[in-house]
Amino acid sequence: MAFEYAPAPESRAIVDIKPSYGLFINGEFVDGTGTSFKTVNPANEEVLAEVAEASDADVDEAVKAARRAYTRVWSRMSGAERAKYLYRIARIIQERGRELAVLESIDNGKPIKESRDVDVPIVAAHFFYYAGWADKLQYSGYGSTPLGVAGQVIPWNFPLLMLAWKIAPALACGNTVVLKPAETTPLTALLFAEICQQADLPPGVVNIVTGAGDTGRAIVSHPDVDKVAFTGSTEVGKAIARTVAGTDKKVTLELGGKAANIVFDDAPIDQAVEGIVDGIFFNQGHVCCAGSRLLVQESVADEVLERLKRRMSTLRMGDPLDKNTDVGAINSGEQLMRIRELSQVGDAEGAERWEVACDLPTKGFWFPPTIFTGVSQAHRIAREEIFGPVLSVLTFRTPSEAIEKANNTPFGLSAGVWTDKGSRILSMANRLRAGVVWANTFNKFDPTSPFGGYKESGYGREGGRHGLEGYLKGADS
Amino acid sequence: MSRIDVRKTYKLYIGGAFPRSESGRSYVVNDAKGRLLANAAQASRKDARDAVVAARAAFGGWSGRTAYNRAQVVYRIAEVLEGRREQFEAEIRAAEGVTPARARASVDAAIDRLVWYAGWADKITQVVGNANPVAGPFFNLSTPEPSGVIAVVAPRGSLLGLVSVVAPLIVTGNTVVVIAREDNPLTAITLGEVMATSDLPGGVVNVLTGSQAEIAPWLASHMDVNGIDLTGVEDDELATELEVAAADNLKRVRRPAPDTDWLVEPGLDRMTQFLETKTVWHPIGV
Repeated sequence: MAFEYAPAPESRAIVDIKPSYGLFINGEFVDGTGTSFKTVNPANEEVLAEVAEASDADVDEAVKAARRAYTRVWSRMSGAERAKYLYRIARIIQERGRELAVLESIDNGKPIKESRDVDVPIVAAHFFYYAGWADKLQYSGYGSTPLGVAGQVIPWNFPLLMLAWKIAPALACGNTVVLKPAETTPLTALLFAEICQQADLPPGVVNIVTGAGDTGRAIVSHPDVDKVAFTGSTEVGKAIARTVAGTDKKVTLELGGKAANIVFDDAPIDQAVEGIVDGIFFNQGHVCCAGSRLLVQESVADEVLERLKRRMSTLRMGDPLDKNTDVGAINSGEQLMRIRELSQVGDAEGAERWEVACDLPTKGFWFPPTIFTGVSQAHRIAREEIFGPVLSVLTFRTPSEAIEKANNTPFGLSAGVWTDKGSRILSMANRLRAGVVWANTFNKFDPTSPFGGYKESGYGREGGRHGLEGYLKGADS
Repeated sequence: MSRIDVRKTYKLYIGGAFPRSESGRSYVVNDAKGRLLANAAQASRKDARDAVVAARAAFGGWSGRTAYNRAQVVYRIAEVLEGRREQFEAEIRAAEGVTPARARASVDAAIDRLVWYAGWADKITQVVGNANPVAGPFFNLSTPEPSGVIAVVAPRGSLLGLVSVVAPLIVTGNTVVVIAREDNPLTAITLGEVMATSDLPGGVVNVLTGSQAEIAPWLASHMDVNGIDLTGVEDDELATELEVAAADNLKRVRRPAPDTDWLVEPGLDRMTQFLETKTVWHPIGV
């Protein structure tokens, strides 16, 4: 018999969403001179708030405020004092953690289980970690001279976490920032602005400008921005690289991926199945380092797929605020269209689709956990980033074949290896052209662990000592 | 009629509790002007051994915590100390006869030092550890690990000096038995109260008050102590004697530096001196 789950919704009462939001410039919320846009709850299409769209003039104001704060306050302050502000921010994030988690799930569509237990704790840890670096930069190996004003543009898949990855190291190194959250998920960034106020962070050190592509372009191309940090699509990343060509701007890019998750016949199968599920269905597959290509050794392929399907059938999909939900809503109608389109290409090119039979809510943006078998390397679903809960399954016979297939992609962000043999893990890790290799685990993140890609997955690293390099002038300056 | 104060009994800090000396002894502690401040517990050989047992018992759990967690606990000590700063300023003024400004500066520096060291918990590994490019198909990685139980002879400077020698040891996962300054021990016990309420597990820091010359030799020769920091030893003969005793089980020894200027930012050596380097080899191959 099947057990039914009673609804276990997390209360929304803890968050207070205002009807409209301005821009956060020089420590205050201002109206801005541009138009506005709406942000919706992707789980039910409810309009949550009206948010200002920053114009070029607004971006210019924000950059000016950041420059003033950099010159007059932040770059002159001792590292030990900067650290104290970052520690305050870390502590307030811990104190207001539940509120941030609920708001993130409402605006993004991710399950509360993930925003509460993954996103927000790592956000607080990230600020706590980089706070500690602020007064220790002379030990970093990258010098201790900041760059100036950092322009930062972040995606919608981990709105607050990506903000933390950008702002914490920038501020620790003595830079000031102008950050643009994604247009579909601006709310936690705006709540973070309020946290900066609570921490008495000097005005202008952090500026948050909301908007879409045009606002992002205005930041990236602004002549008084010294550093550009971007997380998002490879296409936009390339456009940014072209824009900054010929300038002195320092750039770090964290872009797309098409990670191979490689399962050998001696792997602990149940553990590997959990890793495959975590690799592609965590955060609805909206993860640049998602294990979106399963490479399974032919001799165990049938067994792995059978157990994988059984496991997928137990995933609970629905209300992101329900504490039992495993898979939430797709972040936007636009993204849902892209997932559907690429999946249809998968059908058309001859791969076999299998999806979890489940009732999808009638409102909101939903896509069931899906796998494609019989996928060849030439198929578009094996080459392009779907950025959704869709897994492409390929098989291999030898370790060399697995390496050939895994590396046969323009991306190089992450990879997974499942085997009981330590020497094989390490030889695979050596030969995989990817910035992060998870062995017998997947999708693990920590503030101390550098993250970033090879090839067209971008350049620069975020996290750990290495994450400081993108925000400092270097050891000999 | 004015109210009569309730005076504090200063005891030892061992295993998270505040026991009197098992010897039943105490000694008079005077303020800077020679007036009675309090009676402090005079720790015995047995108290020192009890403290080592407590420190050893705490070592597994404390060194096994994540670095992130140790950072948060040491940061918490700073937070709690900040909240009780007036008490510390008053104690330092009374015991050392310094101006209010000097006392405040010393408390400020102690809090900031705790914050500085807190941040090192999850960074020291990336600064002193590394992958080693050996000439063969091997994964080879060196990482620091704490030495174990460390005995410390505290230097002058009842708060800042004490914090400056204890914080670098605990942030890396060692546990500590510290002998407070004989003539100025009270603030060390008050600091124990701060640690006891900062989520620092009992036994990670143990504070003994009493005679340095009496207690230190028992710690230096104790076979379950892994290192000894002689920073506060001012008697050269005693220092040599302690270092000789420490050789019996090859304790890591930090030699005396009683004249250290504690206001200067320290380097890494107070941490690295009591860290071991562990190198792991693993073959690479299909």
